[in-house]
Amino acid sequence: MDQSSAQEFIQHLINGISLGSIYALIALGYTMVYGILQLINFAHSEVYMVGAFAAYYTGKGLGLDQHPGFGALFALLLAAVVVCSILGVTIERLAYRPLRKAPKLNILITAIGVSLLLQYSGQIIFGADPKLFPEVIKDVTVFQLGGVEVRSLDITILVVGTLVMIGLHFLVHATKIGTAMRAVSSNTMVARLMGINVDQVISFTFVIGSSLAGIASVLVGLKYPKIDPLMGMLFGIKAFVAAVLGGIGSLPGAMLGGVILGLSEEMVVGYLSSTYRDALAFGILIVILLFRPSGLLGSQTREKV
Amino acid sequence: MSEVLLEATNMKMQFGGLCAVDGFNLTLRSGELVGLIGPNGAGKTTCFNCLTSVYKPTEGVVKIRSVDTKRLRPWQISKLGMTRTFQNIRLFRDLSVLDNVIVAGLQHTRHSLLDSALRTPRHFIEEARLKERALELLAIFNLQDKAHLQSGGLPYGEQRRLEIVRALATEPRLILLDEPAAGMNHSETEELMKTIAKIRKDFHLAVLLIEHDMKLVMGICERIIVLDHGVIIAEGTPSEIQSNPTVIAAYLGTED
Amino acid sequence: MTTEDRVARFKSLGSIPAPMAAIVLLSLVGVLLDTSANPYTQFVMLLILTNVVLATSLNLVNGFTGQFSLGHAGFMAVGAYTSAWLVTRPELSGMPDLVKFLILPIAGGALAAVAGLIVGLPSLRLRGDYLAIVTLGFGEIIRVVLLNSEAVGGARGLYGIPSAQAVPELGLSPFSAQFLVASVWSVITFVVLWRIVHSAKGRAFLSVREDEIAAEAMGINITQIKVRAFVISAFFAGVGGSLFAHSVKYLNPSTFTFTKSVDIIIMIVLGGMGSFTGAVIAAAIITVLPEMVLRELQQLTGVDLRMVIYSLLLILFMILRPSGILGTREAPELWRSLRDFFQRRSVSEKPQ
Repeated sequence: MDQSSAQEFIQHLINGISLGSIYALIALGYTMVYGILQLINFAHSEVYMVGAFAAYYTGKGLGLDQHPGFGALFALLLAAVVVCSILGVTIERLAYRPLRKAPKLNILITAIGVSLLLQYSGQIIFGADPKLFPEVIKDVTVFQLGGVEVRSLDITILVVGTLVMIGLHFLVHATKIGTAMRAVSSNTMVARLMGINVDQVISFTFVIGSSLAGIASVLVGLKYPKIDPLMGMLFGIKAFVAAVLGGIGSLPGAMLGGVILGLSEEMVVGYLSSTYRDALAFGILIVILLFRPSGLLGSQTREKV
Repeated sequence: MSEVLLEATNMKMQFGGLCAVDGFNLTLRSGELVGLIGPNGAGKTTCFNCLTSVYKPTEGVVKIRSVDTKRLRPWQISKLGMTRTFQNIRLFRDLSVLDNVIVAGLQHTRHSLLDSALRTPRHFIEEARLKERALELLAIFNLQDKAHLQSGGLPYGEQRRLEIVRALATEPRLILLDEPAAGMNHSETEELMKTIAKIRKDFHLAVLLIEHDMKLVMGICERIIVLDHGVIIAEGTPSEIQSNPTVIAAYLGTED
Repeated sequence: MTTEDRVARFKSLGSIPAPMAAIVLLSLVGVLLDTSANPYTQFVMLLILTNVVLATSLNLVNGFTGQFSLGHAGFMAVGAYTSAWLVTRPELSGMPDLVKFLILPIAGGALAAVAGLIVGLPSLRLRGDYLAIVTLGFGEIIRVVLLNSEAVGGARGLYGIPSAQAVPELGLSPFSAQFLVASVWSVITFVVLWRIVHSAKGRAFLSVREDEIAAEAMGINITQIKVRAFVISAFFAGVGGSLFAHSVKYLNPSTFTFTKSVDIIIMIVLGGMGSFTGAVIAAAIITVLPEMVLRELQQLTGVDLRMVIYSLLLILFMILRPSGILGTREAPELWRSLRDFFQRRSVSEKPQ
């Protein structure tokens, strides 16, 4: 490998990790809800889409693209997190909770319904045309390392992503509500018998998962500034693939899966062809489900006979 | 001596760190009626699941009519002539009583799906036979009048009986009954035990019967195996078992 | 020949007239539409037949076998593209036009069935939502492959796909010829699927839906059943795709997205998963609703409310009436319960 191709490789590596950490943030939301409700929350990708629009309108309303910087970034993140949390909890409350005892398939169909409802209402409310996300962080080359450009956006994404994941780890492992979440996830009935308010924990899970989607939406908006109401569909499914890849229900798995998916997509685009980029995720999905359905870090479950 | 239908040698089933069944040995010959008893959680149902290939035993060999079942799926076990009922009734709830039995008889029909799609003469011949035989079986268990009712709507006792009818429709040589009397009252249970003895004679069946209540199987089984914590702690005739101190000790802690 | 054989042969012959009558009846409807309806209504009627094929075929997998496929649009795409590609082949130019269009769906269906086999294989190990997401993935992969296949137009798609031409000998106009093709195939689809499900053999599919473990214990090879369900369902999805191609005369990979699969799912959810009658009724409603009713609404409000209304319906049905309009009931049962209902009313109205 000569020097320029090595540089190119490292450049793809950085891009891949940065994309991957966004996938990871969304994958975490899927995996947390799946861990607790055994539901593929199809609407999660639309929560993420709505987050992007919340940030967009906040940025536009406050004129934040005129005052780029970390304050502006924080404002966008806050707006996205608040709106996404409210939306996530509302969806759970109105659409999923009435079906708590229904067959799993019915809830899945409902989730698809909610997802479509948000997509198409989004087209009506926000308009179907792509909007330009406010550029609150100027994308400049921060430093060069042996010909590899390290850009401010990638650093922002990595820093925010890492901080959020560390925060999540702390929340899940060192707080009372985190312990309750783990308890509900491992056995809902026992958790209920132990006096845990399961409904509350589920709502909280939706708050956290949706907040992560909100944060991801801002990061995506920065990196790929065109946002539209259908932006969540494919991106969301890919993030779900990342969650399956890592092992659904496993938080470290979602992070790992996200990074692996981001990296492999970037490599396919870099070295093969960008048209097959979207098929890659599904290829990975099929292979993983065929050969290791529990994912890289997941645990096997067995049906009781 | 009569043919060996089922032979389990040193069968072991481990779930993670938990050893649910450890070193299970059993030889069952045609026409035998053997009871498998033990306190709750002794591993009886796990044994059934291993014998019927629902679970793959961690160790050991299971042979049905001399065929090693290691690589066989549960439906192939059924084709070898061994079938089962389930402790927690697993009927096809939305299907009619008759259809439940018909599905179990499918493996003995000679028409294909294409015959049915095209409604060839063979379809009508085979399906008529299948239905006729299913109704005969239902009649033995007094369920013929309910043939067209939805099976999930039957009273509990009838659902248990239907499970046995359904199992018989696979034309087994050996049937594994998993707590067939669970949830039944005393007279229902007695009735059921009589029926089991009767079908065993009429169909030349071997029966392996799981029962939680020891007293119940004493009357009809020739041989009883007692399982506790996944291990066989005793084996013998009912009278031997009744006087076995290990068995009494195992049951004292858990039974009233 | 025994009496039993004779009875069977008689019954077998007796199963022929009903589908024939249905085809004749539908063709008459076609001739009627040809003279009385405008081209747009005619087009919608063709779409109804196409959607009946798609909905009933998906119902075999989702409603009767209890698997959840989200990739029906993928199989449909395979059938549509196969048919659209074949129809222009010079090798087929010698064939009488109507015959060609009657057998093109077989080709589309066959290739789709192969795709169904490939998708069906992973379903051996997966269930529930995992299977759903894999079928979704396969559907998308099929679409991406089409997008990259220049032979079928790639992203531009295929334009001006021929459809059946007039057959003066039979008094058929181009529309009534195409309608005849669609009628024949929707009747075949309905009858074959109905007969499969309503036979002892077909009860095996339902047993897998009800309880896989029990079905397997009763000697049902559940793997084989699931694969068969996928292959048969995909075959007819391909047939539906072929009808679709020659009805709309234009194909584009973006027609066959996940949303198209969901369209078909909405039909069977509304009609009742596990009811062919329901699938047919819902297919008709869902086809007519956007084209005729929502179009007005859209012109009034200026926005496309179609999918908003669909998705709301989907959610509300799942919460309020998850069994759909008909549940698992079929036309004969409906007829019986309607009759009982009116009899009871007439009885209760009698003076005491």
